[in-house]
Amino acid sequence: MKAKKAVSKIIINMVVWMISLVVLIPLVVILLNAFKDRAESNSMSLALPTKWMFENFAVVIERGKLAISFLNSLVYAASSATLIVIVVGAAAFTLARNRSKLNNIIYYFLIAGIAIPINHVALMEVMKFTSLMNTRVGIILIYAAINIPLSIFLGYGFVNTIPREIDEAAVIDGCTPLMLFVQIIIPLLKPILSTLFVLNFMAVWNDFIMPLYFLNNSAQWPMTLAVYNFFGAFENSWNLVSANIVLTLLPVFAVFILGQKYIVGGISAGAVKG
Amino acid sequence: MNTKKIYPTYFALGAVIIYFMLCFLPGVLGLFYSLTDWNAYSNQMNYVGFKNYIDVFKGSSQYRTFIWNTLVFTVVTTILKTTAGLGMALVLTNDRTWVRNFHRLVIFSPQVMSYLVVGLVFKSLLHPSAGFVNNFFKDIGMNFMTKSWLTDLNLAFGTVMTVDTWKGAGYIMVIIIAALQAISPTYYEAASIDGASYLDKFKYITLPLLKPILVSATVLNVTYGLRVFDMVYALTNGGPGNATGVINTAVYKEFSKGNYAMGTTLSSLLFAVVLALIYFIIKAMESKEVEI
Repeated sequence: MKAKKAVSKIIINMVVWMISLVVLIPLVVILLNAFKDRAESNSMSLALPTKWMFENFAVVIERGKLAISFLNSLVYAASSATLIVIVVGAAAFTLARNRSKLNNIIYYFLIAGIAIPINHVALMEVMKFTSLMNTRVGIILIYAAINIPLSIFLGYGFVNTIPREIDEAAVIDGCTPLMLFVQIIIPLLKPILSTLFVLNFMAVWNDFIMPLYFLNNSAQWPMTLAVYNFFGAFENSWNLVSANIVLTLLPVFAVFILGQKYIVGGISAGAVKG
Repeated sequence: MNTKKIYPTYFALGAVIIYFMLCFLPGVLGLFYSLTDWNAYSNQMNYVGFKNYIDVFKGSSQYRTFIWNTLVFTVVTTILKTTAGLGMALVLTNDRTWVRNFHRLVIFSPQVMSYLVVGLVFKSLLHPSAGFVNNFFKDIGMNFMTKSWLTDLNLAFGTVMTVDTWKGAGYIMVIIIAALQAISPTYYEAASIDGASYLDKFKYITLPLLKPILVSATVLNVTYGLRVFDMVYALTNGGPGNATGVINTAVYKEFSKGNYAMGTTLSSLLFAVVLALIYFIIKAMESKEVEI
C-alpha cells in the first residue's frame, strides 16, 4: 500500500513537471535564440549559444524603433488605466450606494459591455466624427471605453463590502459628496483600484487590435504593433526576431512579478463573482 | 438621509459618456450601416436592406466558412481549456504534488503575455525548417512528425487551437483553484468517514460545488472564442486559403479592402450570436443550480 502511494506520488509529480516544461520550453528556446548569431539561430534548439551575442538587443532596439514604441505603450497603458480608475471608482461608488431605478439601468447598461463585441468599422466612423482617428488621445479613450464594463463590475462588488455607516458619519461631520468620495472612500477603495490599475495596464499593454485599426502612423505604434511589423520585415533573422520578442515580454513579466497579488486576486474575484 | 444628495448620479457620468460614445454607439451605428452599401470608394451611402446579410448566407459563400470556423474554434478551445484547467487545478491542489506554487506560477505565466506575442513565439517555433518543433522531432529521430504546422490545410486550424489552449488554460486553472480552495474541507472529511472514494468525492462534492465557476469559465471562454482575432492573425492570418479564417479576421480583411458595410455586417452578426449564446448558457446552467 505504501509503495503504491509512493509510485502514484512520483507519477503525479512527473506529469506536473511535464506540463510546466511544455509551458517553459517555448519561452526558453526564444530566450536562448535571442543570444545566438544568425546562422545558429536558424535551427532553433535548446543548445546554449556558442557565442553570446548581446549586441542583438542593441540592433533590435535601434532597427525595431523599440524605444519610441515602448514609450507609446507606456503612455497608452498608464493613461487609460488611470482614467479608468478615476471614472470607474466614482461610478461604482455612486451606483452601488444609491440603487435607484435609473442607477440600476446604468449599471446593467455598463456591464453588458463585458460580453458584447466591439464593432471596429463603425467605431472608426465615430472616431473620425470626433476627430480622434489616428490620435493618441483617441486610442487612450477607446481603451478606457472597452475596459470600463469589467472594471465597473469588479468595483461595484467591492464598494458593497464597505459599510454605509462610514458615509453617514462623514456627512454628519459636514462632508460634501466630493469630499466624502475623495477623502474617505478612495482610501478605502485602494485595494480594488490597484487591482483595476494593474489589470487594465496589462490589458492595454498587450492589445494589438486597436492600434491596428486606429493608428496608421508608425511613430504612434505601441510595442505589439512594432514587434509584429518587425517580425514581418526580419522573418529570416530569427535571432533578431527572438530578441525583439524577449524585449517585448520583459516589461510584462516585470509587472507580473511585482503585481502578482493584484493580478491573480483580481481575476479570481472577477470570475468567482461573475 | 438623502441618498440622492450624498451619492450624486453625475459621478457615473464619466464612465457612461466614454462607454456610450466608443462602445455602445458604434454597436448601434453598425447595425444601421450593415443595411447600406457603405464603402471606401464612394461618398454616397445607399440603403440596401438585408442584402449584406443575404450575401453572407447565400450559396457557398466564404463567410459561412468563417462563421463555421469561429464556432468550431469556440467549442474546441472551450472544451480543451476547461478540461485542462480543471485537471491541472485538481493536481495542483493535491498535497501529493511538490512545489505547487511554482507550477501554478509557471502555468499561469502565458496569461500575462499578449495573444499577439504568443502567436509570434509559436510562429517561430513552428517554422518548417528553422523552427524548434521540427528540429526537435528530427533530433529524436521522429522525422515523420516534422510537419508544416501552420501551412498544411489539414493541420493549421488544429495548431492554432492548440496554441490558444497553451496560452489560455492556465487562466482557467487559476480561477478553478480559487474556487477549489473555497470548498470547506469538512465536506470531504464527512465523506471519508462515510467511506467515499476519491472519485465519489469528486463526483458528488467537488463537481457540483464547482458548477458556478465552471459556468463563469465557460462564459469567458465562449465570449473569447467568438471574438478571437490576435492569435489567428499572428499565426496564419486566416490562411492557408480560408482554412483558419474566423469572423474577426474576416472583418479586418473587409475593413482593409474598404468594404465597410460587409465588415460591420459580420460584426453585427457576431454581436447577435454572442448575445444569444450567453443567454442560453446562463439559462441552461441556472436551471441546474445545486445546493448543499
